[in-house]
Amino acid sequence: MSSVAHLPQDPLPIGPRPAPRALGGQFTAWLRANLFASIPSSIMTLLLLFVLGKACIGLWQWGIANAIWTVSGNDTSACRALRGAGACWAVVPEKYRFILFGTYPFDEQWRPALVVVIFIALFAVSSRRSFWRKELFLLWAAALIVIGCLMWGGFLGLSFVTQDRWGGLPVTLILATFGLAFGFPLGILVALGRRSKLPAIRSLCVLYVELIRGVPLISLLFMASVMFPLFMPDGVNIDKLLRAQIAFILYAGAYLAEVVRGGLQAVPRGQYEAADALGLSYWEKNALIVLPQAIRHVIPPLVNTFIAFFKDTSLVLIIGIFDLLTTAKTAIVDPAWQSFSVEVYVFVGVIYFVFCFAMSRYSRSLEAQRTSS
Amino acid sequence: MTTSTPKRPPSRSWRLSLSDPRVAGLFWQVLVVAIAVAIVAWLWSNAVHNLSVRRISTGFAFLGREAGMPIADSWIDYSPKNTYLRAFIVGIVNTLRVAVIGIVLATVIGTLVGIARLSSNWLLARLAAVYVEVLRDLPLLLQLLFWYVLMQGLPAARQAWKPVEGVFLSNRGLILPSVPLHEANWWTTLALVAGLIALHLVRRRLVAQQMLDGRARPAWPYALGLVVALPALVSWLLGASWSIMLPELRGFNFVGGLTLAPEYFALLIALVTYTSAFIAEIVRSGIQAVPRGQSEAAKALGLKRGFVLQHIVLPQALRVIIPPMTSQYLNLTKNSSLAVAVGYQDIVSIANTTLNQTGQAIESIALIMMVFLTISLGISLFMNWYNARIALVER
Repeated sequence: MSSVAHLPQDPLPIGPRPAPRALGGQFTAWLRANLFASIPSSIMTLLLLFVLGKACIGLWQWGIANAIWTVSGNDTSACRALRGAGACWAVVPEKYRFILFGTYPFDEQWRPALVVVIFIALFAVSSRRSFWRKELFLLWAAALIVIGCLMWGGFLGLSFVTQDRWGGLPVTLILATFGLAFGFPLGILVALGRRSKLPAIRSLCVLYVELIRGVPLISLLFMASVMFPLFMPDGVNIDKLLRAQIAFILYAGAYLAEVVRGGLQAVPRGQYEAADALGLSYWEKNALIVLPQAIRHVIPPLVNTFIAFFKDTSLVLIIGIFDLLTTAKTAIVDPAWQSFSVEVYVFVGVIYFVFCFAMSRYSRSLEAQRTSS
Repeated sequence: MTTSTPKRPPSRSWRLSLSDPRVAGLFWQVLVVAIAVAIVAWLWSNAVHNLSVRRISTGFAFLGREAGMPIADSWIDYSPKNTYLRAFIVGIVNTLRVAVIGIVLATVIGTLVGIARLSSNWLLARLAAVYVEVLRDLPLLLQLLFWYVLMQGLPAARQAWKPVEGVFLSNRGLILPSVPLHEANWWTTLALVAGLIALHLVRRRLVAQQMLDGRARPAWPYALGLVVALPALVSWLLGASWSIMLPELRGFNFVGGLTLAPEYFALLIALVTYTSAFIAEIVRSGIQAVPRGQSEAAKALGLKRGFVLQHIVLPQALRVIIPPMTSQYLNLTKNSSLAVAVGYQDIVSIANTTLNQTGQAIESIALIMMVFLTISLGISLFMNWYNARIALVER
């Protein structure tokens, strides 16, 4: 205390300053910080509000206020009388069965509907971390077999439906999911081959990956639809959907191989060396030690690749396979509904968006889990 | 005392057993290559047989024949009387026309949206996020068809929208004012490009001199001379005319001006908006990858905001941005092949027509693949060169 005593005493200690006067409540403070922080920011906010307001009013008038929701039968004169001032949502209840399931027999359409539900359940189950076990592979195999049985039928009183009558959402889901289910093992093999020490195998894998990734998917689909029959012996006639599916598997294999290769590179060298030291064979080493770690690393990019496939399946429109987009485009060939394609595209767009958005959210949550752990 | 003889190294002789890794390696390689060769040979023999049954001759001789296919939208002279080869060249030019302009526009828009996502203005950041999320989660082909339908729904040429004098938007596409391209104009443009390159070299030299003595030397006199005075002089000497040609409505169509056909315009919008959403995410994560301390340190030094972004943040962000950007450019180029869905005649569309007319499936698809592999290789080489140039030089 003595050391303090000789310091000059402050006659009047300055009291604490009063808290800054709040301008309005919390909300105003938020507005000031986030929308009107500076003059340029304020101008930007006002400009955006103006544009956004105009767009919202326009959309509301077109999509809700002036829209027509139902018409009787095929009489679309009321819709056409709007001349584009309002949407004709009546096209959706009229055509949704065709858009979703294509030309599948009308009375049997509960089967593709059930297939869609199975697909969604399969995705939901696979996304749970607690289900990432060996049994999941069995589950996938079982689900894909059930899906095939339901779509084809021909047993237990279910009528047989050939592939050329399949259409709509199930076809989109089948192309994407089977593409992944078969493309993934292929991708793993190719990724291992690309990192192999054997030059012939390595160069074959590099050739395959670079060739597929270097050309547009459309040219692969053309190949499947036009060139493939030329390469088959006489009498062998493979269905168009199956040919497109093969093209998708090859395409998926090349892209997935690159993703898996990224994961393989992330596995530390010591893991390989330890496996070698234990005397494991090449396949034991990869299946038990390396791949489980590598794939865990690349699950978020795998989900992103799957989103890309899901969107890319729409390209089969160009070779005339009835996926969701093709059925949508075909639904409006009907003269009565010809001028309402925007409404149909919005409807289909919402379906695609729901699937892709859910998957991209999921991929982001995985990423967040990984960075936090 | 016994002298221990040194142990002999293990014998390197080959044992004919699969447990010898060298033998196993050789065995697997021979097996895989043999299977691959067998499959290709089998497919090839089938193809040869099928082609001979269908009386289709192989080879590229058909390229010299008359194409007889009309091409509506071409930048080089073409008539249906020309050969298939010329039709293919028109297709390649059309593909490049979409790809190059698309890449430039997508980069600009994507960068702006990416920066907007990081804006301190909440509304701007949210809107940019919605833009990215919506465009990324819809198939490109759906977006393309959507834009194309909107184009077709535009008013006819007589009632065309006229946002600005000389610009028309109708179901004939977008019509813009243009400048007639004479030889003198080309030379002037060339002079401008040469001036820009020279200015770049001069600036590098000025910076190098500044490094030596610390004295800043103004670059603007050189800029004035090389970029303004030089092209102006060339233009004046050669007597170039720069009168702008405004398009006019005559009868049912437009005369003069530059026309972007609805197919081209729809394809360009779809590719640019779709790719820009991906580029925006790349730019955003690239900027976020630069540690905050970098821009804070620069601000503490008293540098201006624009300078900080241009000289401190972006050069570091670019190193993260360039590799994924390259694959987006490749994607845009490959996606331009969706043109066939709206009837814009790019290389894929023309090859497809050729295939239907001549039956030369293998050759047509091989040509598509060759063209795209070449373009992809070109973009990769350029971006790798650029990437190496901006890479961090470590000592």
